[in-house]
Amino acid sequence: MGYPHPSHPKETVVLSQYFGDAGARSFDGWVQRGGYQALKKALAMTPDQVTEEVKASGLRGRGGAGFPTGLKWSFMPKHSGKPHYLCCNADESEPGTFKDREIMRWTPHQLIEGCAIAAYAIGAERCYIYIRGEFTEATRIMQAALDEAYAKGALGDNVFGSGTRIEMVIHRGAGAYICGEETALMNSIEGKRGNPRIKPPFPAAAGLFGMPTTINNVETLASVVHILNRGAAWYKGLCLSNPKSTGTKLFSVCGQVARPGNYELTMGFPMKDLIYELAGLRPGRKLKAVIPGGSSVPIMTPEEAESALCDYEGIQEKGSMLGSAGFIVLDDSADLVYEIYRLARFYAHESCAQCTNCREGTAWTVKILERLLKGEGKPADLDLLMDLGENMTGKTICVLSDSCAAPVMSGIRKFRADFEHYLAGAKSPALVA
Amino acid sequence: MSGHATAPGAETHQPVFTGKALERLEGLFPKYPNKQACLLPALWIIQEERGWISPQAMAEVGERLGLTPAYVKGVVTFYTMYHQHPVGRHFIQVCTTSPCHLCGAADTVKALLEHTGCGELGATSPDGRFTVAEVECLGACGFVTPILIDDDFIDSVTPDQVPGLLARYQ
Repeated sequence: MGYPHPSHPKETVVLSQYFGDAGARSFDGWVQRGGYQALKKALAMTPDQVTEEVKASGLRGRGGAGFPTGLKWSFMPKHSGKPHYLCCNADESEPGTFKDREIMRWTPHQLIEGCAIAAYAIGAERCYIYIRGEFTEATRIMQAALDEAYAKGALGDNVFGSGTRIEMVIHRGAGAYICGEETALMNSIEGKRGNPRIKPPFPAAAGLFGMPTTINNVETLASVVHILNRGAAWYKGLCLSNPKSTGTKLFSVCGQVARPGNYELTMGFPMKDLIYELAGLRPGRKLKAVIPGGSSVPIMTPEEAESALCDYEGIQEKGSMLGSAGFIVLDDSADLVYEIYRLARFYAHESCAQCTNCREGTAWTVKILERLLKGEGKPADLDLLMDLGENMTGKTICVLSDSCAAPVMSGIRKFRADFEHYLAGAKSPALVA
Repeated sequence: MSGHATAPGAETHQPVFTGKALERLEGLFPKYPNKQACLLPALWIIQEERGWISPQAMAEVGERLGLTPAYVKGVVTFYTMYHQHPVGRHFIQVCTTSPCHLCGAADTVKALLEHTGCGELGATSPDGRFTVAEVECLGACGFVTPILIDDDFIDSVTPDQVPGLLARYQ
């Protein structure tokens, strides 16, 4: 549902059914709502059968990359003799994205159940749930739910009497966007600086503590519960467009809209309806631009947004990416150049600084945009930003650098007049008092 | 610490890990396959106990976990939520990243700076009660403006709510 708003008839409510329902937070409340049936069902299957079911559902990673979840699980070695780990990525920090927070705040047991199923499927006896340090409320709720799950036998040495051991530990982050990158996340759990690692080796071969590891996003793991409950065929049938994108997805919509919130939609839903009908623009305003995947993706023009379908392929066809589906909507009152500058500042602040192109590239992007906004830009600055952006794309260990370049380069390409306005001497009131 | 002179202030450092804090630290050990992995939660314990993480506390936790003070400092400086200096009694973090900026976060920041008496971002009020810091995305972009006061996550804060909110933190 479009929490904090009532559910819209065009939504397909699965993951978000109990958002706003505090009764769903307790173990008993979750069980009364059908909870932990999926885990019991999974424990009666073989781990491979669980993986096959998830594979057949078509579920893809909801954190941003869209990698097929069942396939990822199948990369884990069998009978390796080593400890296996599951990491739940709850480091939700992508500007525009605020869906995992609601899953954890309202339905902590939905996530715990999903983690337990995944842990069983990949042969992991321990799962670390990495929650960003700022999510104090979500962490408190998750910890209370975890303690209750242990007390009720849903976790521990002998999960629901099945003989399977699944332990879960909440690991609190401490303020670093980059720790949402899976290898940085593992370093952070290991007590290290959150620098991303060079791949290969991939986590399934040598991940957390050097052991076979799978990292999944909160929403991905929560989706697994419903796939087990209702079957892969049902999930696969939730598809309005491309059969490669199935199921429901939480779309966080924020920025200059009338009803910001999380809308749960079937994959392939028209973006036009999401923006104009569900979230809605404010009265008298026109759409200026949409950044659909969290801030790390190319900006879309109104024409692109109005014709796009909300799934992995649909948004890519229109020149951007679904990413984590955090929609930042800008109307005609927004200063697009300033907002891009503000995003660049975010990336410069969050760069781990181990790769030169990122450390220098993000910092110089900020400096150049700042002088532009102060009316001190040089004629060659737009070309310089494009050149910088090219050298920040595909050149570094992780994609933080690419993520900074994407809104800047697409902004200059698609909204050049906005930048030229500043080149002609205009000054941003936000930067020039 | 071997081979190094005693860190300045070390003689006045009261160990953090005694009593309950030590119990909490030891409670971490079974959760991880090695002691190094306990570093982030251990640093949180220090910050909860002392309000910030001093060089002496870094050395102390290093000794407990078998890590050098330099290594610990390297980790502390990576993560923005660990305070390397004392801050006000109540630490306020306010988000100003694009989605919040688009919806008026700047006005909330202004109200916070005015009503706390901090005057500018990163500063502590003269009475030592508050420090206000600008932070990047708090992950509540649909609920502008989200702020954190100590460990309390409060969303949808408007400038007019600020005085009433602050009154709860003496």
